Amino acid sequence: MSEHHYTPSSKFGKWFNDRLPLLTLGDHLASYPTPKNLNYWWTFGGILTFCLVTQIVTGLVLAMHYVAHADMAFDSVEHIMRNVNYGWLIRYIHSNGASMFFLAVYIHIFRALFYGSYKSPREIIWILGMLIYLLMMATAFMGYVLPWGQMSFWGATVITNLFSAIPLVGESIVTWLWGGYAVDNPTLTRFFSLHYLFPFIILGLVVLHIWALHVPGNNNPVGIDIKKPSKDTVPFHPYITIKDLFALLIFLIIFSGFVFFSPNVLGHSDNYIQANPMVTPKHIVPEWYLLPFYAILRSVPDKLGGVVLLFASIFILMALPWLDRSKVRSAIFRPIYKQFFWLLVLDVLVLGYVGAMPAEGLYLLIARVSTAYYFLHFLVILPVLSSFEKTEPLPLSISAPVLTGNSNEYK
Amino acid sequence: MNINKFIYIKLIIILLFSSNILFASDTKLIKQNWSFKGVTGKFDRSSLQRGYQVYTEVCASCHSMNLLSYRNLGEKGGPEFSLDQVKAIAANFEITDGPNSDGEMFTRPGRPSDKFVSPYPNVQASMAANGGAYPPDMSVLVKARKGGSDYIYSLLVGYEDPPSGFKLDDGVYYNKYMDGNQIKMSNPLSDGLVSYSDGTNATESQMAKDVTHFLTWAAEPHLENRHKTGWRVIIFLIILTLLVYFSMKKVWSRIDSEK
Amino acid sequence: MEKSGKKNNRRDFLFTASYTVGAVGIGATIWPFIHQMNPDSSVKALATTEVDISQVEPGNSITVLWRGKPVFIKRRTESEISEARSVKLEELKHPEKDEDRVQKPEWLVMMGICTHLGCVPLSDKGEYNGWFCPCHGSHYDTAGRIRKGPAPVNMEIPKYEFVDNNTIKIG
Repeated sequence: MSEHHYTPSSKFGKWFNDRLPLLTLGDHLASYPTPKNLNYWWTFGGILTFCLVTQIVTGLVLAMHYVAHADMAFDSVEHIMRNVNYGWLIRYIHSNGASMFFLAVYIHIFRALFYGSYKSPREIIWILGMLIYLLMMATAFMGYVLPWGQMSFWGATVITNLFSAIPLVGESIVTWLWGGYAVDNPTLTRFFSLHYLFPFIILGLVVLHIWALHVPGNNNPVGIDIKKPSKDTVPFHPYITIKDLFALLIFLIIFSGFVFFSPNVLGHSDNYIQANPMVTPKHIVPEWYLLPFYAILRSVPDKLGGVVLLFASIFILMALPWLDRSKVRSAIFRPIYKQFFWLLVLDVLVLGYVGAMPAEGLYLLIARVSTAYYFLHFLVILPVLSSFEKTEPLPLSISAPVLTGNSNEYK
Repeated sequence: MNINKFIYIKLIIILLFSSNILFASDTKLIKQNWSFKGVTGKFDRSSLQRGYQVYTEVCASCHSMNLLSYRNLGEKGGPEFSLDQVKAIAANFEITDGPNSDGEMFTRPGRPSDKFVSPYPNVQASMAANGGAYPPDMSVLVKARKGGSDYIYSLLVGYEDPPSGFKLDDGVYYNKYMDGNQIKMSNPLSDGLVSYSDGTNATESQMAKDVTHFLTWAAEPHLENRHKTGWRVIIFLIILTLLVYFSMKKVWSRIDSEK
Repeated sequence: MEKSGKKNNRRDFLFTASYTVGAVGIGATIWPFIHQMNPDSSVKALATTEVDISQVEPGNSITVLWRGKPVFIKRRTESEISEARSVKLEELKHPEKDEDRVQKPEWLVMMGICTHLGCVPLSDKGEYNGWFCPCHGSHYDTAGRIRKGPAPVNMEIPKYEFVDNNTIKIG
């Protein structure tokens, strides 16, 4: 398998491909040399693509029956759940699909953190990924508003009010976002419009994300540069496609468990109460996937400070390739970084936990410590570690460590 | 490494479920062995039918169920009244329809396609008639309360005399399970309040159980179908996963044998 | 790569089985996404409409909406009935007896949809004193039968019944 130029076998294929090289693209995707030691943490890219397509398709269907109007939105969602053929199924796939999407994206992000996939020459892939993640959060937030339940309404009120922290123009921005003096019908209709638009922007970014990936090729668990194609690589099809498919099916079994047997466990009961601008629910909590950021927001006793920290916690990730300057990618060969990686995972989980709890007493204290640690990890620990850490020797190729060891681990 | 992975997965699972465990109310709800609970749960038809009777004879004087139509009572997976019974039930209600060709509204007997008739013309009227408290619409009530069916049942049988020293406001009642223990609704059920057409003894707890059963169906009318479809989907996925797993082994054996 | 033929067969079987089961799964997944566009249960429940006809004078007609389409209910005069019944069947493009199109001679209940391309014809117009479709010029007689123009068949008779002398149930 050497670098080759693809020529379609049929005459028509050749004629078509000379005008639009779709077949060349298909051949590139199928024969794309992939490191042969990718583990199952690498299957989440495919799973995420599946999640995006599922959300778009089910969302398209829901939009055929949903009515974006403050007086009718709640009832129209229930109309979908009760009257539309298989409406309950499609809506539960869409609402649980958002959670599954985020579950997968978090695994995908932490995989990149562990194996150093954000490092040179993959910085652009990482930044595109962070943009996708940011847009995912915006899309999920606006989607959560659409059923027009109590959590929808008050979630929208609280999140849009974040912008009022901006000095001087904050109030005008919030009024502009609302299209009125409170969250109301104009807010709902514009959120619907944008909730419909954003997934397609995400789709475009995903194409760029994959394109940028195909330039240097995949990182791998060992984190070393490899020759492509070589003995260290396999063609994407059928080796990676079938492995991705297997992982996707396992993922689908868990997904189905939620959809069919506990479709509301990840939601909040208050969202089955129609929005009421006169009554605020006792606890306002975002969906679970936004809880860590919610904890960061609430850990600061200052309005502007909280909002700044919230956005900083996301944008700091974009600077990650320049904060961690260690030449070694994979945490396997970074004994100290490995420990800090797991501490960060724990820290984010703790932030998620306290984000769901009332912001008082011990919880608030824990939230503040965890928030401080979060920033400490990126701003202090990583830069310091890059110059002090003594890394372990790297193998010369992927095949090398496998050949010397007696590990027969299935890849 | 493998231990780390394991901990990681466990932590994610804990995170996923923690919020629900953490929000459980302090007062332990009375747990019932509902027939619709669990992955093979089904509704009990006769309990649903009795529950409808309790709803229509007791609850419906204050609580609306705007999202339901009479036809739903005859649909599969619900109380499954016969078509004639559904027509007779619907015809018992007077529906305001119109305007007719003279521009007037008129009343006519209900049809299966009509929505459940509301006790009040609007929210304000219902609040005025109930001392400022709005009797919530019951269509999705079970899903709109933490604890769901168990909460509704507990609340219905949770009326007690307030403990000594508890200061009860005017026009409210003490309920063990209500948030803050004060509820505007007086105890709606008492032994023998309805006479069940199937001869079941109408004790307070029996009625509470039946009406909760009915409200659970009303909130999730496709529950039975969902469970049934779920089994088919998951069994199918397991078979396909096994096939793909062995296919994957075969495909990769080409690479593994090269080593 | 040298494997026995038996083993190769098993591999082929495995792949074929995977593809087949996978294709079944995709098919079963697509169905809900197609079926959701069919009429939902609330639409299907509205399949019948009851109409009060006590106010309709002879020679007049009313139009009611049923399943989102107009239905003409015409109380025909004696002359209109006899006009409809005197026509020879051979003269008709779509031969149907007037007796077969009504339950009571006085009442013609008919979908108010031109069978050409779905426009609503105008009452008491056209060359046959029945209906005339302004879209493409189809003429219908007093029994709603096509007499002239591009429409291929007579206007459709919906399923209906007389609940009593003053009420018609359509559907």
